[in-house]
Amino acid sequence: MLNSTLSALGAALAAKQVSSVELTKLFLARVGALNRKLNAFITVDEEHSLAQARVADERRAGKGTAAAAGPLTGIPIAHKDIFCTSGLRTTCGSRMLASFTSPYDAHVIERFDAAGAIQLGKTNMDEFAMGSSNETSHFGPVLNPWDVARVPGGSSGGSAAAVAARMTPAATGTDTGGSIRQPAALTGVSGLKPTYGVVSRYGMIAFASSLDQGGPLAKSAADLALLMNTMAGFDARDSTSLERPAEDYGRELNLNLAGLRIGLPKEYFGDGLEPDVRARVGEAVRWFETQGAKTLEITLPNTGLAVPVYYVIAPAEASSNLSRFDGVRYGHRADKYADLAEMYRRTRGEGFGTEVKRRVLIGTYVLSHGYYDAYYLQAQKVRRLIAKDFADAFARCDLIMGPTSPTTAFALGAKADDPVQMYLNDIFTIPAPLAGLPGLSVPCGFDARGLPVGLQIMGDHFAEAKMLGAAHRYQQATDWHLRAPKEAPL
Amino acid sequence: MSLTPDQLQRIALLARIEVSAEDERGVTDRLNAVFGLIDQLQAVDTSGIEPMSHPLDARLSVRQRLRPDEVTEADRRDAYQSGAPAAEKGLYLVPKVLE
Repeated sequence: MLNSTLSALGAALAAKQVSSVELTKLFLARVGALNRKLNAFITVDEEHSLAQARVADERRAGKGTAAAAGPLTGIPIAHKDIFCTSGLRTTCGSRMLASFTSPYDAHVIERFDAAGAIQLGKTNMDEFAMGSSNETSHFGPVLNPWDVARVPGGSSGGSAAAVAARMTPAATGTDTGGSIRQPAALTGVSGLKPTYGVVSRYGMIAFASSLDQGGPLAKSAADLALLMNTMAGFDARDSTSLERPAEDYGRELNLNLAGLRIGLPKEYFGDGLEPDVRARVGEAVRWFETQGAKTLEITLPNTGLAVPVYYVIAPAEASSNLSRFDGVRYGHRADKYADLAEMYRRTRGEGFGTEVKRRVLIGTYVLSHGYYDAYYLQAQKVRRLIAKDFADAFARCDLIMGPTSPTTAFALGAKADDPVQMYLNDIFTIPAPLAGLPGLSVPCGFDARGLPVGLQIMGDHFAEAKMLGAAHRYQQATDWHLRAPKEAPL
Repeated sequence: MSLTPDQLQRIALLARIEVSAEDERGVTDRLNAVFGLIDQLQAVDTSGIEPMSHPLDARLSVRQRLRPDEVTEADRRDAYQSGAPAAEKGLYLVPKVLE
């Protein structure tokens, strides 16, 4: 059961081989056994989860007035602690919100609730989603279940580690510059960042609003498709939510790979890529060639500018979004202050951690008088050049493949005091969100130390079904995605 | 660009974030390292390029949705204020700003 796909769990529930209460207890026990070691969850409320499971069992049995059961009815799902939940506290990994309970649910939470999924708990994350290692969380780092001396990636590191350790069948995450794909790669799970605007940002605590996008993490591409069918959809409360007809993200799972044009950006295979990562990604690409796919070298010439652009735009938007945390309406307030201005400064000085403060300060600076044109507007212009690189590339190919991360999981503390090295590690995941494009990561093998390697697949806007199809075909021929980590034996 | 600790304190004031004298040097050094990264953008020729503020504007005609100017929210003031650090009689309490 612990290693089952979502569709297998759904089938077991439908056939009454297991009840949702039993399934929820199984995963709660797994969380209880492993969380002390891995720190993947911030909040778990067994009674809350089991109450939802009892309702799901009644719904599966056709009792009550609820809608007919769906594929996720009764299945536990963990949620990144960035999604507001009225039934569980929402901390965003910050001291600022350490005791905050939202008065409303995020759109994504409403969708999973309506589908009858069980809220298994809230997963640990880098504070306000700012980080690539999960070390910036106020609640302590998440440890990588493949090697507890290493990071799981971030910012959705709790969700990724929880899926990898089979503490939950699936989880939600958010991706601003790689926060779903990079931890998926570093923990050996599958993760999808959808096209900007496909998943509503309502109730998803904002970091950088022109980049933030929610998405799923799970063991397989087929599971990601099932989760997307629930998560995606128009929501009038998010002004950038796209009005599009509902789509079945699993419709291309049997994608014919013959003739598929796969672009390999030369900038993604240059210096700085670990040899084992290069080898594993190369082997995966060769498998697609054996299936009849045509690979071609492409160029995304402005790739090297993506990290600098991101570290102007994302902090600028963050400095604006995080101005709401002022100690007045919700969250932490300092104990001692002489006046209102000092109350703001102390509250934010105490409530935010080092990385969040750094990014708010960067953003404040690049938006300040005299620097706006030189930094913020210039970054927005270079952002367009990066988007144009992708538009040119997708005129020649159907999908782009490359490594998700230049390295496998790095050691705890290795980059924690060097922000520039930490930022540069996201070089392959930052470009897609700058262009609003979807990207996913699936496991494609291990390095010599036994750490997972991720294959990144990027597509044009709204190409999620095709990307998931390619990933699913690969997972039918390989078993990397079914391997469970040694620190969390099945 | 390179910040001095004095300039850092001006930015910190604008951002309403207290930076202690003890942390000032370390915060300044790390910010300057990040500014060194960002400064690469200055060498890029962007003449004639429009700034991109919406990630899909290059490919799609994205229009801002409008809705009728009608009240759509129910009054949930008590629920919203239940999490406030200090609230009373429907008001958020802050230190006195006018004598």
